[in-house]
Amino acid sequence: MNSAFALRSALLSAAIVGLAACGKKEEPAKVEAPAPAVQAPAPVADDLQPKVEEMMLASFKANGIASLDRQKQDAVQKACSSPTQPDAETMKRLEAAEMATIQWPSDGNYTGGDWKEGQKIAASGRGLTWTDKTPDNNGGGCYNCHAMDPNEVSEGTIGVSLEGYAKLRGTSEEVIKYTWGKLWNAKAYNACSDMPRNGYGGILTEAQIRHVMAYLFDPQSPVNQ
Amino acid sequence: MRKQLIAAAIGAGVALASPAVFAQQDLNFDEYRAMLEDGNPAELYEMEGEELWKTARGPKNATLEQCDLGLGPGVVQGAAAQLPRYFADADKVQDLETRLMYCMEKQQGIDPAEIVNGKFLQGERRQMAALVAYVVGQSKGEKIAVDLSHPKMKEMYALGEQAFYYRTGAMDFACSSCHSQDGKRIRATQLPNITKPEGAAAGWGSWPAYRVSNSQFWTMQHRLWDCFRQQRTAEPIFASDVTIALSVFMAGKGNGAEAQWPGVKR
Amino acid sequence: MASPMRIRAAAKEGVTEVRVLMSHVMETGQRKDSSGALIPAHFITELTAKHNDKVVLSAEFGPSVSTNPYLAFKFNGGAKGDKVAVTWVDNKGETRTDEVQVS
Repeated sequence: MNSAFALRSALLSAAIVGLAACGKKEEPAKVEAPAPAVQAPAPVADDLQPKVEEMMLASFKANGIASLDRQKQDAVQKACSSPTQPDAETMKRLEAAEMATIQWPSDGNYTGGDWKEGQKIAASGRGLTWTDKTPDNNGGGCYNCHAMDPNEVSEGTIGVSLEGYAKLRGTSEEVIKYTWGKLWNAKAYNACSDMPRNGYGGILTEAQIRHVMAYLFDPQSPVNQ
Repeated sequence: MRKQLIAAAIGAGVALASPAVFAQQDLNFDEYRAMLEDGNPAELYEMEGEELWKTARGPKNATLEQCDLGLGPGVVQGAAAQLPRYFADADKVQDLETRLMYCMEKQQGIDPAEIVNGKFLQGERRQMAALVAYVVGQSKGEKIAVDLSHPKMKEMYALGEQAFYYRTGAMDFACSSCHSQDGKRIRATQLPNITKPEGAAAGWGSWPAYRVSNSQFWTMQHRLWDCFRQQRTAEPIFASDVTIALSVFMAGKGNGAEAQWPGVKR
Repeated sequence: MASPMRIRAAAKEGVTEVRVLMSHVMETGQRKDSSGALIPAHFITELTAKHNDKVVLSAEFGPSVSTNPYLAFKFNGGAKGDKVAVTWVDNKGETRTDEVQVS
């Protein structure tokens, strides 16, 4: 029994490496982190880990746009699947790899979107479930976790409040670049962040991220009232 | 005429409850929930399930009255509070729904594939939900008492704990992304902290539940299935190991707390 | 056939409190299904409650009442063992009557 699990585990590990390169279509090739000098602390007893991976694959089936590729973890997901974070060195290494995936706006246009469009994207939590017909036209789901417009009462509290975003943080190049990067790939700043990798993960398009940026930075946006 | 007005006001009261409560800045969930509790429509499913339990069905034209939910054939009282458990006859850890499926197969000859490959709220899964309502209703107010001593239960608990923290899917979510801190919400929905016994008991002990927002009765398998949908994973298979493992983890962590099932939810 | 109601009736100090859960879709006629077709209206229009044979409540229901409606009311009188019967009629002419003894 154990050897069967070990074998499957080996196959699965091979599959994960493959997935990193080809699993996500229409996205930049994933930058693989260099082999870690020090392994992150093993989250589980060694004999349980392969069983968990096996279970997280065998207990699921593909449905529509939700393929079984989704059950295989990439480096960040794997490192952040325990109650404790990996050590600082591992975090740094993972973050550097995620940082390299961020696409900065080619024309330097960070905040020139339409805040009204951004508001719709922030309010919509739709997309990428197995009941969604297409992997496109997703919401950002921002309000699921963040307060943004002070007049909205139905807001989540898992993330920090973003009320008065630009009013409080200013509009320096540093803040604007950080915000773009955070929206594109939050794991570049905290490898184990709860926030999805909107740009890198193909959740939002560059144009959609620009609209959300406008929602956060435009002085006319309700976020800054 | 006056009585007519009163009755209309009562009927409308349920429909109007949510805007009145949510208009407050500090979202008052307890008051809203208390308003719902007195008339939990899950009771309608309990009645249906009790009838179904005693109805001869399936290719073998038999009832479920000899079904052993862990406390002996036909014993329903208190059985749900001790599930999931290891069953020697099946050599498996089974939750309530898996066990009912087992009984439906063995006693009534109903093909489990009909349930596993079916859809929630339809066909045999619809019947299953009524049976679940009946069985959990017979453990209302009982303390959650799941026996973790069998090695297979221990293993399921450990697997469930790992699955709880397992980040995967299109948005990198694990159960823990939303359920590992106190007092958090998604939008207006309060999230139990399942890493603590109180939170695990709150989660485990309030499902299955009637959902007022869509007038549906959801079993725990249904609840977990929709959690994974929102987590953006692939679709979990009905009664698969991950659903059992997470159930053992939640129930085991919630041991000792009172279960108020079937629950009533927004 | 319509599913049974859940009725509870309890007498205390000369007043009987009745609580009724009805199993009904209460479809408003305003909703559309996934293909965009209107779902036909189907809701309870009338409700009558009797204590033994005397009507103690008659009510008009409509599409604004929720699915599986819950109704609670009190009437003067009633004693343990008395009968309370509740009847509803819906817009399709379907009807259902259930009866309990006062506890």
